[in-house]
Amino acid sequence: MSGDVWILGIHMTKFGKHPDKDTVDLAADAARGALADGGVSMKQMQILAAGNLMAASAGIGQQLQKQIGQTGIPVYNVANACATGATALRTAIMAVKAGEADFGLAVGVEKLAGAGLLAGGSRAQDDGSWSPRGRYGAVAPVDGRIGTETMPGVFAQIGMEYGHRYGGTSFELFARISEKNHAHSTLNPLAAYTKRMTLEQIMNDVMIAYPNTRPMCSANCDGAAAAVVVSDAALKKLSLEQQRRAVKVAASVLTTDPWEEACQILPNVNTLTRNAATRAYEQAGIGPDDLDLVELHDCFATAELVHYDNLGLCEPGGAVDFFNSGASWRDGKTPVNVSGGLESKGHPIAATGIANIWEVCHHLRGEAGPRQIEGARVGLAHVIGLGSACGVHILERAA
Amino acid sequence: MADSIPLVDYLVLGDDPHLIAHECTSCGARYFDRRNACAACEGTNFTDVEVPREGVLKTFTIVSFAAPGIPVPFVAGVVDCDGTSVRANVINVDPDPEHVRLGMKVKLATYSVGEDANGVEAVGFGFEPV
Repeated sequence: MSGDVWILGIHMTKFGKHPDKDTVDLAADAARGALADGGVSMKQMQILAAGNLMAASAGIGQQLQKQIGQTGIPVYNVANACATGATALRTAIMAVKAGEADFGLAVGVEKLAGAGLLAGGSRAQDDGSWSPRGRYGAVAPVDGRIGTETMPGVFAQIGMEYGHRYGGTSFELFARISEKNHAHSTLNPLAAYTKRMTLEQIMNDVMIAYPNTRPMCSANCDGAAAAVVVSDAALKKLSLEQQRRAVKVAASVLTTDPWEEACQILPNVNTLTRNAATRAYEQAGIGPDDLDLVELHDCFATAELVHYDNLGLCEPGGAVDFFNSGASWRDGKTPVNVSGGLESKGHPIAATGIANIWEVCHHLRGEAGPRQIEGARVGLAHVIGLGSACGVHILERAA
Repeated sequence: MADSIPLVDYLVLGDDPHLIAHECTSCGARYFDRRNACAACEGTNFTDVEVPREGVLKTFTIVSFAAPGIPVPFVAGVVDCDGTSVRANVINVDPDPEHVRLGMKVKLATYSVGEDANGVEAVGFGFEPV
């Protein structure tokens, strides 16, 4: 169909520790990898969208250009929490859809190895006297005194809230989700952690924020991912091999959280994901039953559960039964996070929203090797950044 | 100078400590922070309302790793106070999953955060089991 946008080339670096590479090195590896994968060069790119959340003001796009090709094209440096990569990709897609570019490049990169606990950010410094500050007139930091802003704690509550509403959750249930993703990771050589873990190992590991133990939390690590997008018209002028390997962007959606009671008390990651999924299914003209694989944002084991429901992979309230049926294992009805998910693959924040697209594309092209989901035709990639932003992309194999 | 000061301005101290919310006069949405406008309806008029002191714990976590200076483990959660959700710690309870349960009834309680250099006591709030 005229007006479609395609992924022409895509690449991710190994996720893990890269002590000898800086963010620009990693971004360059990913970008040049994506260009080579698509059989194109920087000279053909007409827009560059780039994200590096931890140094969002540093202009990673221009830094990257200076290493791999300064062609004068517009650069959009984007920052959107954990949805930064998806936002960069969508920016490039929008430029193609708008008719401003035939070729675009999107890159996400992060250096997070050893970063430790990521907290909210509303903490102020204690000093000698109590004086009210900020929008709550707080006289001392509220993180830890009025609830928690640490990510493991916030997402623990998001999973526990689902349990309060529908029942059926337990520490063991959440640990079993992590067991699945760690099992999946053994087939992914690019994952930061590829060891299978038993349920007992997971449950007896260090408790971070109940019910999330350490292996149930996404791993801070280094990594980058990049994608080249192309218009329908430009793709038709490329080789048959390039056309065969191109993956159709059947839907590209970004949402934020609409106001609801309690959404400023505990981030509501549900409604904006539901809204994004609904719109994405409409755009793609498919339903959840048509998906051959899903990469969703399992920043914590407690988060994966709620997104089964939010993405419509099960009936409302049915996420526990859906998981217990084995549906989300790689041999199940709807394989979820066959990459190992963020709990094993790792979560270099701005890279995540493109790396999950890479995983899906890899399967749709039939190039996923030992972890290939046989005959995969359609896949969905989801990310969520607190604040909040949700990106959903649906991808389809070329006919 | 006052002897005590609330940890946040939506905690009202005195004989009967309670929380207040800023309620949008147009749509009834409630907020605890200083507002520019209503995120639900764009209204700009708010009135302070008292939040019920008892509620139901609708989610929680037990935090083992926190920012420096915060004693762990502690219980963080959200309390449904008759339709108004409140973020708070659950206090005066053993911080383990045997003693903290989803759906448990809790009530507002205050505690001392500490004194500053001038001897002023900051008072915080949490919810404790009923």
